[in-house]
Amino acid sequence: MQLDLLVDQFKKKDPSAFEKLYGMYADNICGVINTIVKNDGIAQEICQDVFIKIWNNSESYNSSKGRFFTWILNIARNAAIDEIRSRSYKNEKKNLSADYFVGILQHKEDEVSAVDTNGLRKLVNNLKEKCVQIIELLYFRGYTQKDAAEELAIPIGTVKTRNRSCISQLRENMESK
Amino acid sequence: MDVQKYIASGILELYIAGILSEKENLEIANYAKAYPEIQNEIVAIEASILELSKKASPGLKYSFKSIMDKINDEIKVISLDDKRSSSLLSYVGWAASLLLAVGMFWMYQQNQELKSDIQVVEQQNNSLEQQIADTDSSLGKTKELLNTIRDKNIRVISLGGQEISPTSYAKAYWNKENQKVYIDAKGLPEPPDGFVYQVWSLKLSPLTPTSMGLLEGFILDENKVFALNNPNESEAFGITLEPAGGSESPTLEQLYTLGVVSAS
Repeated sequence: MQLDLLVDQFKKKDPSAFEKLYGMYADNICGVINTIVKNDGIAQEICQDVFIKIWNNSESYNSSKGRFFTWILNIARNAAIDEIRSRSYKNEKKNLSADYFVGILQHKEDEVSAVDTNGLRKLVNNLKEKCVQIIELLYFRGYTQKDAAEELAIPIGTVKTRNRSCISQLRENMESK
Repeated sequence: MDVQKYIASGILELYIAGILSEKENLEIANYAKAYPEIQNEIVAIEASILELSKKASPGLKYSFKSIMDKINDEIKVISLDDKRSSSLLSYVGWAASLLLAVGMFWMYQQNQELKSDIQVVEQQNNSLEQQIADTDSSLGKTKELLNTIRDKNIRVISLGGQEISPTSYAKAYWNKENQKVYIDAKGLPEPPDGFVYQVWSLKLSPLTPTSMGLLEGFILDENKVFALNNPNESEAFGITLEPAGGSESPTLEQLYTLGVVSAS
């Protein structure tokens, strides 16, 4: 398991292991942040801070508690949500439910962005809105099942299965690409 | 356990989202080790989220090197700051307390010096006051003396040196009204130890000496002016050197000065 070895080395503050992990996940982490802040420059700044935080807290990761990516995903979305809340809490609270990550696609019409909008569009094009919503809440906002159920006004037992089918759709889109 | 059913439940998707309890996380980590299908499913789910998030990426502005540089800078800044602030603080603290101690010692010294200065000045002041008092009293005496000999009733009699001491001289200021004679004995030599000058009032025919008194404390007296009572009808004044305590009658061999009262 190469990933496990890398993570072990990283926990021992090995910069070369950290560099490999950065190569593996930096784009994804910056993308997660961008789904929340929806601004290239801000996303890049937070992304850098997040990796510094990841390095400084490397000892606190424990593989028995989850995947390494899940761990850094959690750090990234917390940092990004902190950022938008500190900037304009009320507005973001309102937008939080209304403006999902696909907003990146609409926003970018008149803005210069490095985001691969075509690739993103292809990946999510046939996803139902309820899939976009549930993926947003669970992966990019870190909502619990209960919170997501309330937000989407569905029974809590439905969250798990609906998400499963939405992720399956996403995986099909990846394979057919 | 039914692995397929477990996978189909959708819990692994939530595992990747990181929203399960610690207990569930631990359980899934153990299943992943035990069942390769579960491990593979986890990786596949993670890959889909990786793909989705990668598509939303604005690209990397910072290289890995710049992030490491920033991390190292932060460490330096933190350690430098810590060192500086702590050492600067302790320096400042020590310097301040040292300064305070030195300052207090200096002020104590200054205080002691001032106290001793004040004592010296007080002593000088006392001594000066004493001098002023002495001078005042001396001046008073001199004025009194001057007034006395200026009195219109005063008769001045010069007493010339005799055989035994031709250079000696004295003056008698005689106020006959109040029966006082002031002897100015400045022109007499200091009497030897055990001897004293004795002043005599003389009647000339027949020669009758009457003792007027001794010039006691001759050496210590500053102006050498002595006041004596003289109720006699004197015709002359003489001063002889006599043994301490004086004599009944003058020792004429030791007659130092003699002066006759001129008829007025």
